[in-house]
Parts: sequence; structure tokens; C-alpha cells
Amino acid sequence: MKNYLNIIKNGITTENPTFVLLLGMCPTLATTSSAINGMSMGLATTFVLLCSNFVISCIKSITPDKVRIPVFVAVIASFVTILQMLIKAYLPTIDASLGIFIPLIVVNCIILGRAEAFACKNDPLSSIFDGLGMGIGFTLALTLLGAVRELLGTGKIFDFTLYSDNYGMLLFVLAPGAFISLGYLIAIVNKLKK
Amino acid sequence: MAYILIFITAIFVNNIVLSQFLGICPFLGVSKKIDTALGMSAAVAFVLTLATVVTYLVQVYVLDPNGLGYLQTLAFILIIASLVQMVEIILKKVSPPLYQALGIFLPLITTNCAVLGVAILVIQNDMSLLESVVYAFSTALGFGLALTVFAGIREQLELVDVPKGMQGMAIVLVTAGLLSLAFMGFSGVDGGLKILFGLE
Repeated sequence: MKNYLNIIKNGITTENPTFVLLLGMCPTLATTSSAINGMSMGLATTFVLLCSNFVISCIKSITPDKVRIPVFVAVIASFVTILQMLIKAYLPTIDASLGIFIPLIVVNCIILGRAEAFACKNDPLSSIFDGLGMGIGFTLALTLLGAVRELLGTGKIFDFTLYSDNYGMLLFVLAPGAFISLGYLIAIVNKLKK
Repeated sequence: MAYILIFITAIFVNNIVLSQFLGICPFLGVSKKIDTALGMSAAVAFVLTLATVVTYLVQVYVLDPNGLGYLQTLAFILIIASLVQMVEIILKKVSPPLYQALGIFLPLITTNCAVLGVAILVIQNDMSLLESVVYAFSTALGFGLALTVFAGIREQLELVDVPKGMQGMAIVLVTAGLLSLAFMGFSGVDGGLKILFGLE
């Protein structure tokens, strides 16, 4: 059990996909205009990561090494399609705000990266925990970045007003703010690591 | 005129990297030197245009008539991956010098979300085949422009004394933010052009 907890902790802190490994930058920058958007993107990615890690770990022994990558991509794409249909049917508001970035979860390097680095070498149960840890790490990072941008840009966090949006810096909700906030957050994480 | 509008909008106003956040990984990854940035841009321009044409045709003539729209994501990513492999093999045979120049960038393009992103956007926006080609090619040019300018800035950045905490990716991201801020200056140009061309 302790082993599994370590795998989860590894994904959240030591190998945090956003702040340490710097993977999956496109959805990180694009969908964090507010805390809730960042969180939904994180949870969507966690779902795909968890399922694909499990399935890939189960089929690893029957997959020929040469066609490994196309098989992994097909598995990931199937789960993304399932997710896309579920979100369209039950959560249309999230579908509208995340838009094209839901199908683009397929090319998120975190997912294929974990399949290659972890799931195709470990048993299904630890792969599930690895997916969970990485997913939580990614979700936390996206929620944090979304919260910072939402607070600086509009004075709100999760739509809860802290100060009037007359004092908000709109820049942080727009594209340049995404790069700048993430840059400073990574700098802070670097500082804390030492 | 409409094509000129698509061309200018895709390069400057809605730049794929700096305002739509597609293709960030190669943008941050291969922008250390101008030479590699140019090589990557050429490879992306080639694959992006080709992939958009093929995925467009597959969507219109295979998926839509058979009611298989839900297979879009799966079909597109497999098409792009095999297309990249094919381009690699053909280039190796037909033009070794070009393969030498673009070879190492080709495998990286499979996971470039700009390629899949443009293929999906074109279908979502109901573009015609010719519009899609123009859009894909100008998007790739916009990617190349952003990547090359950014590589130029990063070459200069090497010579600068950066504070300890900001070293590495942190300063690179802040620089990208400033570049994106500069590109925001183009917003509104598309509206002006629409009036100029009498499209509104």
C-alpha cells in the first residue's frame, strides 16, 4: 500500500507533469483562463490517463514491440472519443468552454509519455495509481494556474468575487497572461525545490 | 479576396502558437537556434498542408457519408501518424538532401497538436477544400514566423545574465508572453480588412 501512495505522491510533487516535467503545455496554457476551466481540463485528462494506463498495462505482453506506439495511440484515441461523447451529452457548458482541446487530449504528451515510461513496464494496478497521481498533479497545476489568472484578471476565484473586476488586469485572462503567469509559477517552484 | 483575408488572419491575427496555443511543445522545444527553427517550420508547413487535405477528404468522402463522424479523432490521428511515416520514407528515397534537413523533425510532428488541431478546426468551421488548403498553409507560415522570431530572441537571451530562479523554462515562458503581447497588436486588423475588401 505504501508503494502505491509513493507512486501517487511522485506524480503530484517529484515528477509533477506541468511544473517539473513541462509536458502537455498546450492545454495548460489554453484552458486556464479560469480556475474552473483549468480544473475541468485536468479532470478530463485524468480520466483518459487512468483508463489508457490500465488498458495499455493489460495488453503490454500481447503487443508486438514494433507497432507499440500506434497501438497505444489507438487506445488513447478511443478513450478520448468516449470522453468527448460523454461531455457533449452531459456537460454541454464544459464542452463549449474547452472546445477543440477535448479531442486534442489525444496528442497530450503526458498520456503517451506515461504509457511509454510506466504502463508498458508495470502491472495494471500500479499503472492505475500512476495515472491517478499524474492526473491529480496535472489537475492541481491547471487549477492553480487558472486560479492565479482568474484572480489577477478579474478579481474572482471559482466565480467567488474577492475584489471588483474594475481593478483586474485583463491581460492575465488573455493569451500573453498565460505564458507570463506560468513562467513565474515555474520560477517559484524552482525556488521552492532548492 | 476572401483567401487573402484567411491568409493574413491566420498568420498575424490568430497566430496558431501565440494566440491559439497549438503547437507549444515544438515552439518551446526547438527554438534554441534559428537554423533548427527554420527546418522545423519547413517540415511543419509540408506535413500540415498535406495532412489537412487528406483528413478533409477522408471526413467528407468516407466518414460523413457513412455516418462515422464519431470516429473523427481516432481516424485523424492515425492518418497523421501514418502520413508522417510515409513522407519520411518517400523523402529518404526521392530527395536525400531534403531528408537530411527535415528528417529529425518529422517524427516530432506526429505529436504536434497544431496538425491535428488544424485538421479538426477546418471541419468545425465548414471550410471548402481550397479554403482549408489556404488556411492550413498560412497557419503553418504563422507557426514558422513565431518560431523563427522566438528563436532569434532566445539566441540573444543566451548572452543575458538571468536571475537564478528565472533560469531555464521560466524566462523562456515570460519572453513568449511578451512576444504574444506584441502579436496582440494585430488584433482588429482582420475587421479592417473585411471592410476594405467589402466582405461585410
